[in-house]
Amino acid sequence: MKFTVNGTEQNVDVEDDMPLLWVLREELGITGPKYGCGIAQCGACTVHLDGVAVRSCQVPVSSLDGSAVTTIEGLGTPESLHAVQAAWVQHQVAQCGYCQSGQIMQAASLLETNPAPTDEDIDFVMAGNLCRCGTYPRIRAAIHSAAKALNKG
Amino acid sequence: MSRIGKIARRTFLFGSVAVAGGVAFGVYAVRKPHDNPLKAKLAAGAATFNPWVLIDSTKITLITPHADKGQGVVSSQAALIAEELDVEFGQFETSFGQPSPAYWNTAMAEEAVPFRATDNGFAAETMRDVMGGVMKLLGFQGTGGSTTIPDSFEKLRRAGAIARETLKLAASQETGVPVKQLTTANGTVLLPDGTALPYTALAATAATLDPVGDVTLRAPDTWRMIGKPMQRLDIVAKSTGTQTYGVDVDLPGMVHATVCTNPRRSALNSFDASAALKMRGITDVVEVTNGLAVLADNTWRAMQAMQAIEFDWAAAPYPPEQDGHWTALEASFTEEARDNTWVDNGDVETALTGDLIEAEYRSPYVAHAPLEPLNAIVLVEDAHVTVWTGHQFPRQLQVEVAKITGHDADQVVLHNQYIGGSFGHRLEFEHVKQAAEIANRRRGTPVKLTYSREEDFLQDFPRHISIGRGRGKIENGQITAIDLQMAAPSVIASQTGRIGLSVPGPDSQIAAGAWNNPYTLPAFRMRAYRAPELAPTSSWRSVGAPGAGFVFDTFLDEMIHAAGADPMAERIRLMDNQIARAVIETVAEMSDWGAPLAPNQGKGVAFVESFGVPVAEVVQVTATDQGIRIDNVWAALDAGTVVDPINYENLVQGGIIFGLGHAMNCEITYADGRAEQENYHAHEAMRIHQCPVIEVKALENQSKIRGLGEPPVPPAAPALGNAIFAATGQRIREMPLNRHIDFV
Repeated sequence: MKFTVNGTEQNVDVEDDMPLLWVLREELGITGPKYGCGIAQCGACTVHLDGVAVRSCQVPVSSLDGSAVTTIEGLGTPESLHAVQAAWVQHQVAQCGYCQSGQIMQAASLLETNPAPTDEDIDFVMAGNLCRCGTYPRIRAAIHSAAKALNKG
Repeated sequence: MSRIGKIARRTFLFGSVAVAGGVAFGVYAVRKPHDNPLKAKLAAGAATFNPWVLIDSTKITLITPHADKGQGVVSSQAALIAEELDVEFGQFETSFGQPSPAYWNTAMAEEAVPFRATDNGFAAETMRDVMGGVMKLLGFQGTGGSTTIPDSFEKLRRAGAIARETLKLAASQETGVPVKQLTTANGTVLLPDGTALPYTALAATAATLDPVGDVTLRAPDTWRMIGKPMQRLDIVAKSTGTQTYGVDVDLPGMVHATVCTNPRRSALNSFDASAALKMRGITDVVEVTNGLAVLADNTWRAMQAMQAIEFDWAAAPYPPEQDGHWTALEASFTEEARDNTWVDNGDVETALTGDLIEAEYRSPYVAHAPLEPLNAIVLVEDAHVTVWTGHQFPRQLQVEVAKITGHDADQVVLHNQYIGGSFGHRLEFEHVKQAAEIANRRRGTPVKLTYSREEDFLQDFPRHISIGRGRGKIENGQITAIDLQMAAPSVIASQTGRIGLSVPGPDSQIAAGAWNNPYTLPAFRMRAYRAPELAPTSSWRSVGAPGAGFVFDTFLDEMIHAAGADPMAERIRLMDNQIARAVIETVAEMSDWGAPLAPNQGKGVAFVESFGVPVAEVVQVTATDQGIRIDNVWAALDAGTVVDPINYENLVQGGIIFGLGHAMNCEITYADGRAEQENYHAHEAMRIHQCPVIEVKALENQSKIRGLGEPPVPPAAPALGNAIFAATGQRIREMPLNRHIDFV
């Protein structure tokens, strides 16, 4: 079975039911996606699968043949930030930061389909991403900033 | 442990006696500074001026020994040093350093003494001094109790100033220019002709000098960093998935492990792991205290195999059903169980006759559940033990690990890690001890232990439960007396008991946030009762104040409504402490308290002081067809000087969300001896669609600087409950509130 992660082709020899999250973290050493709950209740493991935000803890590796996976590492880098990441820096969203990879991936996915989301749109799409530190006010503000930046571009 | 250390430990155990009988150790021992731990492995040509600053020919390293679990204290500790050292963000590296008594926490004594934070009287200050001396002699290094900034504020600026002045002395020696003509900026010493000498180039000379001892700290009006917005040092890494937490550390040859220990917090009777041992990648199943560890080549495989093991567990040492816990508290309102009478002003007994208002309140067990599950890597070798984990008590961690491996505590090397949330979770040692137990059987191999989320919930030491009872009297439209009683197991006894310590005297956390209220009532009594130990508990962000504060401020609100007074105006009228009063007056103005609302809307106010910080919050809710929607929160607080206004706002907003979310829908309950909530779907707290708009205003009237991690939490729950009453007429006296009302 072959798939790509951040543009690089991968071929792993693991059980069919190993979740993508653990393939990324422990087989491929890509640790931006986080383990938080294992049951799609926190969103810390969110990645893009063929451009759509998914909980990687719920995606069995056997379902990935021919797919393109993008993790936070593939979205942007410290040297070349994605607009959503730049907005996260500008608003200093993170406290502990553990959920933020997932928050950012979910927000980037939202802006792909809805370039000017309202607070209600944001709340609806981001409700599955838990932040135990309570950075929600900054997440909302950062998504609005990122939307503006992307629309200007 | 040294003789002085032993005396200090004994004094800690019997602190009140030591204070009453005079201090057991000499002034000399207390004044003597601890050795600088950076000197131990100092390379040739590298200079260290104190335990916080290390400069060699290539780089400047600032030691930020307080654990960072999201509060941003790596940045704020570095900023305090940098303010005086004249280095900018980007010009230095940071390190958590190694555990050392030199990093003893000067501020923890504040919370360890049974006095109001605002009490600067002789007895209070004397006991703080004594306990501070004990903490120093013990080398008590810890992050908690909102003490990082109080501990660091002067100490770290002084560390920066000492390094700066010593570097100037080095520059003077090298150039012959008198020190008085030298200035510093951007990590350099500037000569009068404008020549800039980098600190790194001066390190070799500075290393030969004794650090300058006599420094004057800069006046606040000359600060270039403190009080101004800073970009946190970790913000780019935390926005790009490149921040490494303990759970991300990967070592060559590492074995992955997960544990399952008795969910009833007792022994493992027997097990059958035969099926698990046949699964792919599983290398071993080993016993740890009260349970098993599965060792594998991959964490997921270890967790899968754990599911395939059959366990027979011993029964819980506490009541197996939740009702039994409440019954134990109800039975604790007795003279024999009275832990302390915290306040007894006026003649409560005489006042409480005739028609009284009476109410009872409950606060549940609540889990810490930070998003990063507990984890630790331990490598045991003959000469030393190396640990990679994020922890708030580094020196006690050394002791706990050494007990298991047979090393001396100072042979335990800790690489402290950034932590993905704690809320008190990383004050505990069980996961580190388990990793050490496993690694001790695999000497030479690093063992990485990662908890499943379910294990993290089941083995959490939750916030303690409490019951509060209020009785009050109203005459002529005014409150004349309040008699409050709180019953709870001692969280402090439970927590310190696990590391073999006991804290003398009453447990201040049973009544914290209630007894120290700033209201002047004709008669007020506050009695605390210590229930027997039930489920093991631990400090949960703001510890006792979210429970006792909920009781006091909800009961006060009930009394004010019964008196026919305005909840805000009456609180202000009863408050004569100027610092507290400024806080509540500010929140009244921010929230436009008297403004008209729709019939299905309501505002509630609450005020709780904890960790020396008075905090007033107003919550506005709307009762919709789908349930209560929290629209707005306004918060005013006074923690003294603001170090970074952005981080300040973020922490206060986060604290309010934490307080509201857990009040809405979180509890841990026990059935058949085990916690019934094992993952976030059953213990959800607040999600973004429930999050109100939150405005924060910081006052700076306090002379002492305080910490912000915890104080915003306690007022949130009573302010929410009081708002729901204002909107609906329904008074809820039990958390979580969703036992009685729905939320959007």
